[in-house]
Amino acid sequence: MSVIFVPNDSAAVSVGADDVAAAIVARAQEQNIDIEVRRNGSRGMFWLEPLVEIEHKGTRYAFGPVLPSEVPALFAAGLAHKSPGAIDHPKALGPTEQIDYLKNQERLTFARCGLAEPLDLQAYEQLGGLAGLKLALKATPKDIVETIAASGLRGRGGAGFPAGIKWKTVADQPGSEKYICCNADEGDSGTFADRLLMEADPYCLIEGMIIAGLATGAERGLIYLRSEYPAAIAVMGKAIEKMSAAGWLGDDVGSCGRRFEIEVRRGAGAYICGEESSMLESLEGKRGEVRAKPPIPAISGLFGRPTLVNNVLTLAAVPWIMAHGAKAYAEYGQGRSKGTQAFQLGGNIARGGLVEKAFGVTIRDLIEGFGGGTASGKPFATAQLGGPLGAYVNDEMLDLPMDYEALAKAGAMLGHGGIIVFDDQVDMAQMARFAFDFCAIESCGKCTPCRIGAVRGRETLDKIIAGDNVKENLLLVEDLCELMTDGSLCAMGGLTPMPVRSAIKLFPDHFASPGADQTAPNAASAKL
Amino acid sequence: MKSAGEAADHIISAICDAHDNNPAALIEILHDVQGQKGHVPDGDLVVIAMALNLSRAEIFGTMSFYPDFHAQPPEAPVVKICRGEACQAMGALELADKFAAAPMAGEPVEVEPVYCLGNCALAPAAMIGDTLIGRADVARLQSVLADLKK
Repeated sequence: MSVIFVPNDSAAVSVGADDVAAAIVARAQEQNIDIEVRRNGSRGMFWLEPLVEIEHKGTRYAFGPVLPSEVPALFAAGLAHKSPGAIDHPKALGPTEQIDYLKNQERLTFARCGLAEPLDLQAYEQLGGLAGLKLALKATPKDIVETIAASGLRGRGGAGFPAGIKWKTVADQPGSEKYICCNADEGDSGTFADRLLMEADPYCLIEGMIIAGLATGAERGLIYLRSEYPAAIAVMGKAIEKMSAAGWLGDDVGSCGRRFEIEVRRGAGAYICGEESSMLESLEGKRGEVRAKPPIPAISGLFGRPTLVNNVLTLAAVPWIMAHGAKAYAEYGQGRSKGTQAFQLGGNIARGGLVEKAFGVTIRDLIEGFGGGTASGKPFATAQLGGPLGAYVNDEMLDLPMDYEALAKAGAMLGHGGIIVFDDQVDMAQMARFAFDFCAIESCGKCTPCRIGAVRGRETLDKIIAGDNVKENLLLVEDLCELMTDGSLCAMGGLTPMPVRSAIKLFPDHFASPGADQTAPNAASAKL
Repeated sequence: MKSAGEAADHIISAICDAHDNNPAALIEILHDVQGQKGHVPDGDLVVIAMALNLSRAEIFGTMSFYPDFHAQPPEAPVVKICRGEACQAMGALELADKFAAAPMAGEPVEVEPVYCLGNCALAPAAMIGDTLIGRADVARLQSVLADLKK
């Protein structure tokens, strides 16, 4: 009997994976062929979705992107009865693991994604899952914290704060009413790694959270999961039930006498709730308004109790680190950026998807090597790194290594690892305006620089776009950016200037309307 | 015999009970109410407030903060078209304009902006109900809407 894999990842389903799976089952029934269709997670090669795989003698062969209408032709070419390597079809891609995009990655956190059915706990264990937790159950909390610290793991949500220090701070607080809050409010445009992981390998995140609970003494975990991800919400809920039934969650975690429970809480469409203090307010059932710091959440977080707030990718890196050791993890990466990062290629890119790679890979390797350049085939113009609050980079900056410090030095940031590519049709004045517009829409309204500044910024960009006193208005924008950077309570207002300033700096001719204002600094080279 | 109002109260109370009348679960409760009724009617706020021992103003304050919650039922099917940068890079704004101009043959549709659906590698993305659509174009949005009507 052939086993055929068709992902049930929501991105794959968004381009027809359910129809492909149904077409395969129907065709096999028609032809009386005995097959089993398994709905795995995605491998993260989204441009190939729906990616159909067939297992043959322990090797999986890929076909993609498969349209439902192509299924009969695939069967005619020998799918399900011929050796898949010998099938001659334009969509045949050979052994999945030999596809360059996948072969050239360094998958640690995402190693299991796409291999098995996401909720198959037995498969999870066979593929190396739970090994880290079993070791953690035998270790002291202090040992676990030291391992995380020694691995060099930093917060993958964007801020890059050393995870070991945060874990130690929470562990050092007295009492047992502490919380592990997993930030799964992945709102940055250009990012989908959290969603992919939660849909493909949900137990990995749960395992990381249990280990965090053991290390810090917390007995309750909450996953704040955005409502835009209904599939991930469903998968995580079922995964928690299965882990509880198997005794890995509950009153006696892995028979070690310790308690740990996890609950999923849905977000409700507010981008700001990805900011940690706003997320905590939301988890308390309140408006998602940011809190002033200090106190930091590690000391006074959810309900005023010590709270470990980590991103999905930070917590999901933990099982691998526990299982393979801090040293093995720290061997990946460079400088103070240790381990791997899940880079997410999106926007106008030929081969969009997830690339897990050690820190230090260049932007060019990611966009050109993995991504294959623009989807439109038009020349590359810019990429925005790290989401809506991240900087734009131009062609000359593509050889920068992806590492926290190198990017910060160049005035950019890694954020959550998203890379959005634009071709030369992009209007950077419109993108700068959008940065303010987005901030105006999503600001929680608590502090004035963000609430009012974003609106004034949008108005001023409108004037610039209309050619009204461009030079003076650009100075005003710069002044406003300085104020928002210095005066905002959180990164929403504080980093909105980053895309704006980088757009103005790198693409000055986009900010000077031809003819309208001859005093504009770059009027001579104005865009036609 | 119970009045219609009391029966509605009973549904809301049962939802709050299922969350242990815990004020911290307010957003989950609002989601559940909207899941059952399609919106969160104004009259339900006071029932939730009583159950959670909060003021009606607190419930309203939380509810009105979050774009997901609606006090009125949607007048037509809602089509969310992503306006995030990744989707803009693939023509999402043009798609939204085109679709708004010709949504469905003569039938009303509400086009709502949304900022990132986590499908940035298959942009532009859209969502109708819980159905995510990648590489969206006008024809695909129309065909998903037509399927939903069946």
